[in-house]
Amino acid sequence: MARILLKGISKTFKDETVIQDLNLEIKDGSFTVLVGPSGCGKSTTLRMVAGLEKQSGGEIWIDDTCVNDTPPGMRDVAMVFQNYALYPTMTVRGNIEFGLKNRGVPRNERDKLVKDISEIVGLAPFLDKKPQSLSGGQRQRVALARAMVKKPKVFILDEPLSNLDAKLRNQMRTELIQLHKRLGTTFVYVTHDQVEAMSMGDEIVVMNKGAIQQADSPMKLYQDPANLFTAQFIGTPAMNIIDMQGMKGLNIRSDRPVGFIGFRPEQGLLNPDRPVEGLVLKGDILTRESLGAENIYQIRSDAGTFFVKTFLRPLEPADAVTVAVPHDQLYYFGPDGGRIYGAGMQERALIAGGAIV
Amino acid sequence: MKAANRAIEGPIRAAAGTPMNGIRSKRALLRTIMNVVLRLANAAGLLLLVLIFALPFVWMLSTSLKTLPETMIFPPEWIPRNPVWKNYVDAWNTGPFLHYMTNSVIIAVSILLLQMLTIIPASYAFARYKFAGSGFLFSIVMVTLMIPSQLIFLPVYLELSAFKLLNTHLGLILPFASSAFGIFLLRQAFRQISDELIEAARLDQAAEWKIIVRIMVPMVKPVLVTFALFSFIAHWNDYFWPLVMTTNETARTLPIGIAKIREVEGVGTWNILMAGNLILVAPILVVFFLSQRQIIKAFVYNGVK
Ligand SMILES: Nc1ncnc2c1ncn2[C@@H]1O[C@H](COP(=O)(O)OP(=O)(O)OP(=O)(O)O)[C@@H](O)[C@H]1O
Ligand SMILES: [Mg+2]
Repeated sequence: MARILLKGISKTFKDETVIQDLNLEIKDGSFTVLVGPSGCGKSTTLRMVAGLEKQSGGEIWIDDTCVNDTPPGMRDVAMVFQNYALYPTMTVRGNIEFGLKNRGVPRNERDKLVKDISEIVGLAPFLDKKPQSLSGGQRQRVALARAMVKKPKVFILDEPLSNLDAKLRNQMRTELIQLHKRLGTTFVYVTHDQVEAMSMGDEIVVMNKGAIQQADSPMKLYQDPANLFTAQFIGTPAMNIIDMQGMKGLNIRSDRPVGFIGFRPEQGLLNPDRPVEGLVLKGDILTRESLGAENIYQIRSDAGTFFVKTFLRPLEPADAVTVAVPHDQLYYFGPDGGRIYGAGMQERALIAGGAIV
Repeated sequence: MKAANRAIEGPIRAAAGTPMNGIRSKRALLRTIMNVVLRLANAAGLLLLVLIFALPFVWMLSTSLKTLPETMIFPPEWIPRNPVWKNYVDAWNTGPFLHYMTNSVIIAVSILLLQMLTIIPASYAFARYKFAGSGFLFSIVMVTLMIPSQLIFLPVYLELSAFKLLNTHLGLILPFASSAFGIFLLRQAFRQISDELIEAARLDQAAEWKIIVRIMVPMVKPVLVTFALFSFIAHWNDYFWPLVMTTNETARTLPIGIAKIREVEGVGTWNILMAGNLILVAPILVVFFLSQRQIIKAFVYNGVK
């Protein structure tokens, strides 16, 4: 178990700066998920924690030690790679016990550890096979077992499920969550799939272009995004954003200039039966997507195209609809994308043809 | 699940097929015939290749068991009426063959071992480390690959002579202690191994030498075996180099002994010459059969993705 502290970390490859002044605390025993678009520096960050990549600046602390100069094998960090990186010439047992052998764990102890771990991940019947003859899911388990058997302080998983098919991925997802509960070790998990992040993490770090956008619990991230990027990255469909440019007449009370207004698709009320205090948009339904319990509409209005999600309601047959968003469900962002708190609208506002009625 | 799908698909497809059954069966027939013809052509082609490659061997074997007059019969007979095993004894007795054989084994095996000792670390360094001048050094290695031995034998001869190594085993071994071809081949193999594998081993607390010995070398084993075979055959059969670098029997090898059969037995004694050649190639055939599986693997090897 361990707390990880990244202090002012930066990373430059040749002359390309990939990460700049990154500060992050990963709590002891947490399941922290790093999420962000491809190329934003998630793997690089993790590889620096594991010691596989040397940071260009800053300090990395694991518990009370600064590990800047600790070689990878001595950091007590285990890693599961996206492509498993199993040793192809060794058997499953050989793969799992290689790290133990290097640490000089005596034979009988090794055997016991391997036996225990292979039962946990369900590999007992395959111990004497080579990785080539295993399925993708089984290889994944070998990679997990190889990491777990060392009883590391920190577990790093870099997109471990991305090579599995959807069904197996779901299954492994649950297994990983259970594993985390059982071991209580700090898990740091990388994914670019926000659904995976939301369902697995108790702490999510949203990254973009080498900078942390927000680090919070999944619910906090969803309900209280710190900026436009997080707001649009978390949630399916993403938060609807109305660009305030060219939207004249909206009477917004705010001490800072507002660049964008956002609302979640599930907070838009389709043809409300009662008058709603808030933003009202008129538009035409472009597409309807029915998923059984929920329906997703794509609606075109003069304020732009946006999505609305309804639950347990019949599919809306009309083409022209009114969508209302209550005041307290509106998010305000500055022109730079930063969240503006405490902004609001003066009265019931209705946008139709870009004008207020 | 797949089986179930197929079961459902079956009847539907059959039903859809009925209206144009006639056309379909004709086409199917045509296709089967084409298939058979193609396969026959393929087999015939392969057979031809086998014949082209195997014929000299068969002829060698057959000649080595004939009497001298039999070798002259035209058209030639493939199977000698009374196999003359004595030809082998005669060939063996034309010179100190046990001595030649021992020399050949010592030299070919020593070269092989030395090469393994040098090319593995060299190719690993070229493949995996960035050091000052690595590109330049590697290009030097590549250049030596392009220089034929006929061009360098004279300076090497003078060098060996200066060190008093002519007519010694060492003189025949040392010039081949490393192999540019081997370095090139292995470097390619090492480069194909993914970095993650090495990183995983680092996280497993493996020391650098352990990563090389326990993980990297086993992964390139098929390539290593292939190279070993090529190297062994090349030096086992080498005639030019031992001939030039020796003036007496001390360090001479089998190929020179075989060539000398002609001097001892006379020029036309093909049967004994062929027996000698068979003595020469037999060990290679044995080595090849032992490592056949590894060699085939070397050409289809991809590693685990
Ligand atoms: N060894 C390297 N040399 C040069 N640039 C690199 C190197 N490794 C990573 N980068 C660059 O650093 C940036 C971040 O890469 P990183 O692998 O951390 O992204 P990521 O967030 O893990 O993306 P993905 O989701 O695609 O895995 C990328 O722009 C990449 O091109
Ligand atoms: Mg990555």
